[in-house]
Amino acid sequence: MITTSVGSQVELTDAECLQAAQLERVWQEPAGFIGWFKAVHHTTIGRRYFFTALLFFLLAGLLAGAMRLQLAFPEAHFLSNDKYNQVFTMHGSTMMFLFAVPMMFETFSVYLVPLMVGTRNIAFPRLNAYSYYLYAFGGLMFYVAFLCNTGADRGWFSYVPLAGPDYGPGKRPDFWAQLITFTEVSALSVAVETIVTVFRLRAPGMSLNRIPMFVWGQVVVAFMVIFALPGVVLSSTMLLLDRTCSTQFFNPAVGGDVLLYQHLFWWFGHPEVYLIFIPGTAIVSTIVTTFSRRHIFGYLVLVLALVSTGFMAFGLWVHHMFATGIPQIAESYFTAASMMIAIPTGAQIFCWIATMATGKVVLRTPMWWVIGFFFVFIMGGMTGIFVASVPVDLQVHDTYFVVAHFHYVLIGGAVFPLFGAIAYWFPKVTGRMMSEKLGQLSFWLFFVGFNVTFFPMHLVGLRGMPRRVYTYQPNMGWTQLNQIESLGYVLLFVAVCILLWNMFKSARSGAVAGPNPWNAGTLEWATTSPPPIYNFLHLPTVNGREAIWDAAPNQPVVVGLDEDARSFLTTRTLDAEPDGRDEFPAPSIWPFLAAVATSLAFIASIFTPWGITLGAIPVAITMIAWFWPKRQPAERRRAREIWQSE
Amino acid sequence: MAERVDRAVLDVSKLPTVGFGAHSITWWGILGMMAIEGMVFLLMIASYFYLHSRSVEWPPHRNPPDLFWGTLNLGLILVSTIPNEWYRRRARKGDLRAVQIGLVILSLFGIAIVVVRYFELWHLNTDWSIDAYGSAVWTLMGLHVLHLITDLVDSIVLTILFFTSLVEGKRFQDAEENAAYWYFVVGFWVPIYLVIYWAPRWLHA
Repeated sequence: MITTSVGSQVELTDAECLQAAQLERVWQEPAGFIGWFKAVHHTTIGRRYFFTALLFFLLAGLLAGAMRLQLAFPEAHFLSNDKYNQVFTMHGSTMMFLFAVPMMFETFSVYLVPLMVGTRNIAFPRLNAYSYYLYAFGGLMFYVAFLCNTGADRGWFSYVPLAGPDYGPGKRPDFWAQLITFTEVSALSVAVETIVTVFRLRAPGMSLNRIPMFVWGQVVVAFMVIFALPGVVLSSTMLLLDRTCSTQFFNPAVGGDVLLYQHLFWWFGHPEVYLIFIPGTAIVSTIVTTFSRRHIFGYLVLVLALVSTGFMAFGLWVHHMFATGIPQIAESYFTAASMMIAIPTGAQIFCWIATMATGKVVLRTPMWWVIGFFFVFIMGGMTGIFVASVPVDLQVHDTYFVVAHFHYVLIGGAVFPLFGAIAYWFPKVTGRMMSEKLGQLSFWLFFVGFNVTFFPMHLVGLRGMPRRVYTYQPNMGWTQLNQIESLGYVLLFVAVCILLWNMFKSARSGAVAGPNPWNAGTLEWATTSPPPIYNFLHLPTVNGREAIWDAAPNQPVVVGLDEDARSFLTTRTLDAEPDGRDEFPAPSIWPFLAAVATSLAFIASIFTPWGITLGAIPVAITMIAWFWPKRQPAERRRAREIWQSE
Repeated sequence: MAERVDRAVLDVSKLPTVGFGAHSITWWGILGMMAIEGMVFLLMIASYFYLHSRSVEWPPHRNPPDLFWGTLNLGLILVSTIPNEWYRRRARKGDLRAVQIGLVILSLFGIAIVVVRYFELWHLNTDWSIDAYGSAVWTLMGLHVLHLITDLVDSIVLTILFFTSLVEGKRFQDAEENAAYWYFVVGFWVPIYLVIYWAPRWLHA
C-alpha cells in the first residue's frame, strides 16, 4: 500500500464528496518550495514542531552520551573541562528550552487541541507559523554557536556573576540569553493561541465541564506560560543588557544584586517544571481513560488539581535558592509550600488508580509507558520531598542526588508520557499503527536503562560527587557507580533507536489504523486518520465529556458556515453555545519573513545594541505586510457581513 | 443521490460575522498580549523595589527625575483617553467618519507623547550605566517607550488603512481593539510614572 489514508474512508454520499472536494480546495496548503514557507494549518505546523523538537531531543541525548563517556573513567580526557562545560550546558538548555517545552506544550497544543475541541484550525494560524520559525531559528543559532566553540557554558540557568560581564568573557552567555528570547516568544505565542482556541473555538456543547482532560492540561500550561515566562524574559534581558549595554543590574559594587537574577529566573524556572510535566499528566489522563474503557474517575478533582498545581507552582521558586543565604523564615515557608504541591499531584495519581481499578485495563504500548510513568515519577516525587527540606537540600545541593531527582521527575513526568503519546497518537497522525512488539521492547529497554542510568546517581550524589565537574579522582569511590550509569545510557540509546525505527517503519508499512483504532472518546478520533486539511467534514457538536462515547444516536452537526472561505464557528467560553462566525487568514509568506527579520534583530543584538533598534525596522515592515488585508477577501466578507446586535 | 437527509443539524448561518469585545477572537488575543506585557511590567516594578531594598540611599547620590516633563506626559496620556473612548464607541457602530477622525487624533496624540517622552529621558538625572538604580529606571522607561512606539506605529497603519477602500467589519474590530490596547498603555503609565518620579521622593523621606 502506498497511501496512508486508505481504509479509513467511511462511505460518503455524493453531496458529501462534493463538499469534501470544496473544503479541500479552500483549505489546502500552498504547493511547491515557496509554498512550504506559507503553510498555516495547525497539523502542518504541529508536525514541524514535533520533528524539530525530536531532533533537539536526540542532539541533547548525544551530548548526554558524551558526558557519560567522559565520566565512565576517572580522570578521563575525552572532553576537556571547557568542552565539558559547554556540553552539559547545551544538554540542559536544549532539553529544557528546545525539547521539553516545545514538545510537551507547543507540539501537542498546536497539533491536538484544535482537533480535540472540534474546530478547523488553531486561533491565529499565522502567528502559529511565526512562532515555529522563531523556535527553529533560535535552536539553529544556538547550535551553530556551539559548533563555533561558542556554546553556552554557564549551566542551563546561566547564573550571574559567572555569566556576567566580569566572569563570562566572549559571547557564550549572550547566545544563551538570546536562545531564551527566541523560545519564549514562540512559547508565549502558542500560549495565547491555545487559550483563545479553547475559550472561543470549542464545538457547540463542549461546555467547561466537558473539556477533555488533555485540553484542560494544555490550557493550564498556557496560562502558566503567560505568567511565568515574563520572569525569564526580564532576567535574560537584564543579563544581556549588563553584558552589552553596560547596565549594572547584577553589579554589587554599584547597587546591583546577583540574587535578583535568581529570583527572576526561578519565578519562571520553577513553573517551568510544571509546564513540562502538566502536559505529561494530561497525556496520562487521556491514555488511562481510553485503555481503562471508562470515563475518568474524579474529573472535577483532576481539573482542580491541575489548576491548583498551576497556582501553587508560583509559590515555590525560592526552594531552588535554599543555599543562597536567604532568611530562615522564607526557607520555612517555601519548604511548606513545596510539600503542599504533593497534594494535588497525589490526588491525580489516586484518580488514575481508581480509573484503572474500576475499568477494564487494556495493556498496549501507550499504557505501558503510563505505568512506567507512575513508577518513575513517584520515585522522583519521593526524592522531591527530601530536597524540599532545607537541611537535606543543603547537604545534597549541587551533587548528583539533585541530578537524579530531576531526571526522575522530568523524564518520568515528560518523556515517559511523551513516548506513550507517540504510540497513542501515531495512528491519528500517520494513519498507521506502530508495531506493538517493537513498542513494548523499546519500553522495557528504556525503563530498565533509565533506572540503571539514574538510580546510581542518588548514591553517588550522597557520596558527595558534585554536578558540573568534568572528572573525578580514582580514589573517590565513585568509579563503579559511574560505570553502571554509563552502561545504562547504552540501554537508553538502544531503546530510543528502536523507537525511531518503529516510527520510521510503521509510517511506511504499519497496519492501516482507521479513524479510531483505540475506540477512544475524544474528538480527534471522530475524523479520518490522518485528518484532512479541514479537520472535519462535518463540524461536530458535543454531548458529554467523551464526545464519541457520549454522542446521541443522531448527534447534530454544524451547518451554515461559508464553504468558499476558511470559516469557523466561535462559541461562548463557559457553555460553548454558538456565538458567531469568523474567518481564518489565508496562507502567507509574511510570517516567515517576519520571523527572519526578528531572528536577525535578535542575533545582531548579541553583538551590538543597535541590533534591536535598527533591527526593529524590518520587523515592523514585515509585520505590517502580514497584517495588511487583501482586497478580494475583504470585499467578499463585506458583502456578507452580519453585525452583532448591541 | 444516497439519502441521509434526516441527519440532525445545527444551523449557524444566521450568526453574526462581526462582533466586538469578547465576541471577537482578536480581542482575546490582545488580552493575552496585555497579560504577558503586564506581567513583564509588574516584575520590572518588583525588581526596582528589590534593588531599592538592597540599597542604603535611593536614588544613590543624585536627584530624582525632574517632575515637569513626566507629569506633562501623564496629563497628555490621560486626556487622550477622551477621544480614544469616543472613537472606540463609534467603531462599534461602524461609523467610518468618526473612526477616521478618532484615529488621526490618537495618532497625533501618540506623536506628541513620544516627543514629550524624548524630553523626559533627558531629565531622568541618571544614566543606565552608572548604577543599578539608573539601569532600573531606564529599563522601566524603555519598556514603556517600546509600547508607546509600537502602539503609535499600529495606530498610524490603521489610520492609513481606514482611508482606503479595504474597510470592512473586521477593520472596525481592529479599531475598537486598538483603542482597548491604548487603555493598557495608559493604564500602565500611571504606576510606572509613580515609580519613576515619586518613589524616589517618597522613599527618600
